[in-house]
Amino acid sequence: MNKLITLMVMLGVAAFVLISSIYTVSEVEQMIITQFGKPVGEPVTTAGLKIKIPFIQQVNPIEKRVLEWDGNPSDMPTKDKLYISVDLFARWRITDPLQYFLRLRDERSAQSRLDDILGSETRNAVAKHELIEIIRTTRDREPLRDTLLTDAERDLNMGSLVPIQKGRKLVEQEIFAAAAEKVEVFGIELLDIRFKRINYNESVRPKIYDRMISERRQIAERFLSEGNGEAARIRGNRVRDLNKIQSEAYRQVEEIRGLADAKATEIYARAYNQNAEAVAFYEFTRTMESYKFIIAENTTLVLSTDSELFKFLKGMNPDIGENQ
Amino acid sequence: MSSQTGNGKWGSPSGRGVNPGSELEQLIEQGQERLKQVMPDGSSSKVIVIVVVALLIGAWTAYYTVPSDSVAVVQRFGKYVKEVQPGLHFKLPLGIDTATIVPVKRQLKQEFGFTTPGASDPYQSPVAGKRETEMVTGDLNAALVEWVVQYRISDPVKFLFEVREPGATLRYVSESVMREVVGDRTVDEVITIGRQEIESEALTKMQALSTKYAMGISIDQVQLKNINPPEPVQESFNEVNQAQQEKEKLINEARRDYNKVIPLAEGEKDQRIREADGYRLKRINEAEGDVARFSALLVEYTKAPEVTRRRIYVETLQAVLPGIRSKIIVDDQTNNILPLMNLNAANGEQP
Repeated sequence: MNKLITLMVMLGVAAFVLISSIYTVSEVEQMIITQFGKPVGEPVTTAGLKIKIPFIQQVNPIEKRVLEWDGNPSDMPTKDKLYISVDLFARWRITDPLQYFLRLRDERSAQSRLDDILGSETRNAVAKHELIEIIRTTRDREPLRDTLLTDAERDLNMGSLVPIQKGRKLVEQEIFAAAAEKVEVFGIELLDIRFKRINYNESVRPKIYDRMISERRQIAERFLSEGNGEAARIRGNRVRDLNKIQSEAYRQVEEIRGLADAKATEIYARAYNQNAEAVAFYEFTRTMESYKFIIAENTTLVLSTDSELFKFLKGMNPDIGENQ
Repeated sequence: MSSQTGNGKWGSPSGRGVNPGSELEQLIEQGQERLKQVMPDGSSSKVIVIVVVALLIGAWTAYYTVPSDSVAVVQRFGKYVKEVQPGLHFKLPLGIDTATIVPVKRQLKQEFGFTTPGASDPYQSPVAGKRETEMVTGDLNAALVEWVVQYRISDPVKFLFEVREPGATLRYVSESVMREVVGDRTVDEVITIGRQEIESEALTKMQALSTKYAMGISIDQVQLKNINPPEPVQESFNEVNQAQQEKEKLINEARRDYNKVIPLAEGEKDQRIREADGYRLKRINEAEGDVARFSALLVEYTKAPEVTRRRIYVETLQAVLPGIRSKIIVDDQTNNILPLMNLNAANGEQP
């Protein structure tokens, strides 16, 4: 019975020793072996089952993956004295685990170092540039324009982008270059940094909004006056076209009538003027014709007995009498 | 033991989703030892029960199922061994092998500025709420942009082992790229005319970054949702729309007046011209008619001018004279015609 207990205890102790002398390393981490708190040997960077001296040696896992740093949004002024809230993110990696372990011990202190370094480098870079340099990226980009807006906006120089010298990428690179150098001593490699959020500070926003509102109102007024102007133009066209059409009609009508009269006159003249006889005959017949219209009911006609019609009232042969 | 505490300390998802074995095993060992102390006489049947329980637990941790939309990444003592396709699979029990299930075929998405309720993926919904949507445009205006990124896990090994927080990193990348793209555009482009361009450019840039970051993620689509000007400015944007409508209205009304008058005038012009043409035809035909008549008469007239003249004269007077109420016929020899006039009749005739 005692033997059994002894065996059990011995087995238990052996198991405990075995368990504390092996450890596993995952793909995502590397190990620093410490002996009474002091690092010994090279860091273990390959994954799998590993052996150490039990009890004396401790393993300290260090992350092998790419890590993120998410900055807190902080307010800072730009070169043009605009207060903006800037939010950055960075990616970094532990390249020298031993150095990292000695200088920083854990990730929390690493993150806080990054906060300090990136925070101050960001402030420096932002203060050296105007806001638009941080907002825009592509230098010579031509914006699309609303075809409806084109005229109005071109005149007011709206719908165009504010020109830049450097752009966001270069500012990011400046921050990156300055910070990457400073974090190297911690066994850290900064992979890249990018602006995550840039926004107007709360206190600046009302002013920005006021500017946007006035800009929009300006466009609205422009539309209204364009509308009224175009309407006036159309009304003018209406009057012009109306006069044009009516006067053209008048002209053409008179031309046609004139030609018609001329033609008629020509026809008449040709017929009536063919010889002396025709002229005399026309005169006679036309006069006769006209009597029918000239002599009306209430005309008082004084006729002589000498006239051709009444000459016979005097006698059968007035011509002879007259001749006498 | 070491890696376990390590992962806990680092607050990492650890890439060991399915590993109940190792902790269970420790518990059982402790239990066994306690049992041995409690029962020093060591009845063999109880030992057998314990062994059976231990075996059952071992068997329990020796298989796993991979759903059809996923693959499993198997690690032995933390070292990557293989990638396993969907189905029922076996592994070494008691925490020696761990299998992490990665949903590679599932279409995943991240929403920015809005939330679809009931999302299981913690990275799908916005963390910062409305602050995510606030952007500054290239003409220094402000805009609120909402969008969705559709992605898949294309490389489970990279996804697990290259970057610690691929989901969070993708969110950062997406926000950063969207601001970069919006920052290069005017507020009009962002709100109305440039949406498609923004989508495609953001997609290209996000794809480039996710490749560069080796996150094992492939981005399929970037879709813009609501894009609005900030609340206090919205009204003035509406004013512009209204003014645009008003402009169209004014122009249309003027066109209406124009259209009311001009085609009518054109018609009237044609009418007058046609009427004039009618006059022309009438005039010419009449002239020709007159002339024809005259010419015909003339021919006969020239044959006997004197008689014809006389005939016409007398005929005309015959036609004319009966219509005249007062006719006075005088003779040369009668010097005073007054007594002949009927004064009453003449007075009666005068108005």
